[in-house]
Amino acid sequence: MSAITTEQVESRVIETLASFGPDVSQINRDATFEELDIDSLDLVELAQVVEDDYGVILKGEDMKELKTVGQAIDLIVSRAE
Amino acid sequence: MPEPSTRPEGCALVTGASRGIGAAIAKSLARDGWPVAVNYRSDGDGAAAVVAEIEQAGGRAVPLAADVADPGAADELFVGAEAHFGVPVLGLVNNAGISADNLISMLGEEEWQSVLATNLTGAFRLTRRALKPMMRARFGRIVNISSVVGLRANPGQANYAAAKAGLIAMTKTVTVEVARRGITANAVAPGWIDTDMTAGLESGLTANIPARRAGTPEEVAACVSFLASDAAGYVNGAVLTVDGGLAA
Repeated sequence: MSAITTEQVESRVIETLASFGPDVSQINRDATFEELDIDSLDLVELAQVVEDDYGVILKGEDMKELKTVGQAIDLIVSRAE
Repeated sequence: MPEPSTRPEGCALVTGASRGIGAAIAKSLARDGWPVAVNYRSDGDGAAAVVAEIEQAGGRAVPLAADVADPGAADELFVGAEAHFGVPVLGLVNNAGISADNLISMLGEEEWQSVLATNLTGAFRLTRRALKPMMRARFGRIVNISSVVGLRANPGQANYAAAKAGLIAMTKTVTVEVARRGITANAVAPGWIDTDMTAGLESGLTANIPARRAGTPEEVAACVSFLASDAAGYVNGAVLTVDGGLAA
């Protein structure tokens, strides 16, 4: 399997988060989940997408630490390596 | 604001469906148009008979063997059902249950653990697994078969009662976590129903039931069919007793 790039993960995460309601223009690396009105259940769904697409398993403890979109992207990329 | 949801293409999984209440539920859901995965642990002939009856009536069903107390069972069952029907599992009925009655002073570790493992932990694992396709579909129906014993004590059933009361508490928690995704979770609490499980009980017990009779598996299945229907989309976290008034 070829290596996953940060750009690929970023676009998939943004696309998934946008499906939960926030406008895609609001979603950037520095945006917090709180600002975007992304709740814990949305993050569970994001974790499922990440698991299905990249085989990266994110646990509840991982998700609790995440505050910004950038942190989520970096965590997924680091786990996928 | 979320809209009331109608069922997309999906199938139902009923655990412990080779006989008794589970078999009646599988047949009832099939009549409602659900393709039904008929789970069984050991009674392959019973499951095959349930599937045959559903197919003769024009429905779709598949028997799937697994012991829900086994940690790998949830994945096996979901993968099996979705591979067979080609649609996600959007209806889950946690019905599989065992009993091992004894006064609590005499209740063994194994009797405690095995009843909790099948009746509660098995339902937890299946529910956890079910939420994946259900959240994605923005639709799901989870019905947990509890018992009136989870609401009103019966001597000799501390393990069974703890598991069945636990199911009610889990049901309500699932509701508050995922209701906004179009998923409902409800419990049905049967009283004394005529099945193999209650066959050994003395018939004099009916004197304590306001209806003065035992219930039928079909009467429980009718409640499950309603809770699994589109019409029940706003019924969430409820406990529906089907007990001839026993818990009233």
